[in-house]
Amino acid sequence: MTATTEATGARRTAPSRPRTAWSPREKSNLTKGLLFISPWIVGTLAFVVFPIIYSVAISLTKYSGMQSPQWLGLGNYTRMFKDPVMWTSIYNTLFYSGWAVPIGLIVALLLALAMNRNVREVAFYRTALYIPSLAPIFALSFIFIVLVNPGTGIANQIISLFGGEQRDFLGEPTTAKLVIVAMAQLGAGNAALIFLAGLNNIPQTLYEAARIDGASAFQSFTRITLPLLTPAILFNLITGISGGLQVFTQAYIMTRGGPNNGTLFYMLYLYRNAFSYANLGYASALAILLFLAGVVLALLVYQVSRRFVNYEISA
Amino acid sequence: MTTHTEVPVSGQRGAGPVATRREGQARKLWDKIAVRIFLVAMSAIFLLPLYWMFATSLKSNEELGITPPTLIPESWKWSNYVDAFQAFPFATYFGNSFLITILSVIGSVISNVIVAYGFSCIEWRGRDKVFYLVLATLFIPFPIAIIPTFDLFAWLGWINTYLPLVVPHFLASAFFIFLLRQFLLQVPREHLDAARIDGANEWQILWRVVFPMARPAVAAVAIFTAVGSWNDFLGPLLYLQDETKQTLAIGIQSFRTSHDIQFNLLMAASLMILLPLLILFFAAQKYFIRGITLGSFK
Repeated sequence: MTATTEATGARRTAPSRPRTAWSPREKSNLTKGLLFISPWIVGTLAFVVFPIIYSVAISLTKYSGMQSPQWLGLGNYTRMFKDPVMWTSIYNTLFYSGWAVPIGLIVALLLALAMNRNVREVAFYRTALYIPSLAPIFALSFIFIVLVNPGTGIANQIISLFGGEQRDFLGEPTTAKLVIVAMAQLGAGNAALIFLAGLNNIPQTLYEAARIDGASAFQSFTRITLPLLTPAILFNLITGISGGLQVFTQAYIMTRGGPNNGTLFYMLYLYRNAFSYANLGYASALAILLFLAGVVLALLVYQVSRRFVNYEISA
Repeated sequence: MTTHTEVPVSGQRGAGPVATRREGQARKLWDKIAVRIFLVAMSAIFLLPLYWMFATSLKSNEELGITPPTLIPESWKWSNYVDAFQAFPFATYFGNSFLITILSVIGSVISNVIVAYGFSCIEWRGRDKVFYLVLATLFIPFPIAIIPTFDLFAWLGWINTYLPLVVPHFLASAFFIFLLRQFLLQVPREHLDAARIDGANEWQILWRVVFPMARPAVAAVAIFTAVGSWNDFLGPLLYLQDETKQTLAIGIQSFRTSHDIQFNLLMAASLMILLPLLILFFAAQKYFIRGITLGSFK
């Protein structure tokens, strides 16, 4: 510890030192740093690196979990592309994400814009809108079974009030998916709070300046609010899409993938292959495809964010 | 502003200010009313499912069959809660869920604080590059890990124990590292240097200087881990087989299949599961809000 005072003094001149030289202090800091992040290193090796390698290996075999794996080569992958059920599950998942994510963003943004309007009792709305996000999905699924129940469900009561015909929403593939889309909106409170924080970060002076320049409210929104909200939009978009691609519990509980595979989402199909049909090889191939989709998506997001996302103002 | 919007025509100027101000105030008032109507309506929609859960949980079996359904239970049958409590091993499952949640929170707080300290308060070469790797892992879809980790835990003989549900929390998580790092970077460097000059080692600085300052962020990590662990569905579904070891999330499913669904009891049980989270939320609301917003900005 005798070197500390010297070192703090020397730190300012540090940049002049050639980059390749390692002072004892730097070496000791590196050791300390690696020691502190070692739980993450172990976790990443166990739950990221190992799974990727293992999944690739298993996906090239026929493996039931009981007997040792048999080499199949690319068999699982060629089978995948000829498997109509997989395409159904992809369609269902994209249908779900394609509706749930954009609607979710718009609902959350509207809620945040409204809460940002200096209403005094904003804390009440914040609480009311956030509470459904706390509820476990299985509990929300139960209540939605009740709400859309043909006959006694409140959704059908409202429909017959307007003279419509009663429907068994969970009994038809498309409406069953739409029920799950609607259910997802109850989680919008979380995204709305993120938008609200983003809105609070936008300096009021910008709006004042725009008003003096004669900008309309709509122009202020498209030229100031939206561009400066892009980090929050990006964040909510990423969480939305990755959640959308992994939708599982709702279908597992409410419809068990039915009717007629109408809510058989990709994750549910993967789960069944792995744990109901004991097709671990095939399920791993499905997981690899999802992984690749995630990587492509990440690269896409990275490109988009470099171009459109504005990090200058948000702290 | 690249637009060259015309300034309001000068002819109006003479009479303008008074009229526009009054108009402006009227519009502002109308604005506030419209915003409130929207927010109240949305709050009602968001709370309706939970209200319906509560109302259903208090109805008798006969009342459940009535069409149209009663909006407010005719007779408040609180005994449904007692029945739900006895219809499946609620107390055992509650205890199991509680134990798993507490251990997960402890693991998550300790590991994430340590790792985030390594990524923010110690200067080491390559640190920020490694941190990009942490961010990159955020994008990896978690399903890829399901089968491999299942086999891994099977080899370790951990199936049907709580270890697969708890141990991963002791190995930090990318999102929480990110969230805590954001916060720890704001701790003034002078505090750290002062402690180092006083002869404290990094471990002591972490727990005595940095940890107390980072309490709001730590609270957010603890809360989110608790909610995630308490509500976890897939984990217990995969790893717990003995009925006596089940958590509430899975236990309530067996309740649903073994009794031909009694929705009033199911709702009562669901609400009892939700209740601890509601208590946690109201007790720590500001940490919730802070945590949600802390993680979203770079």
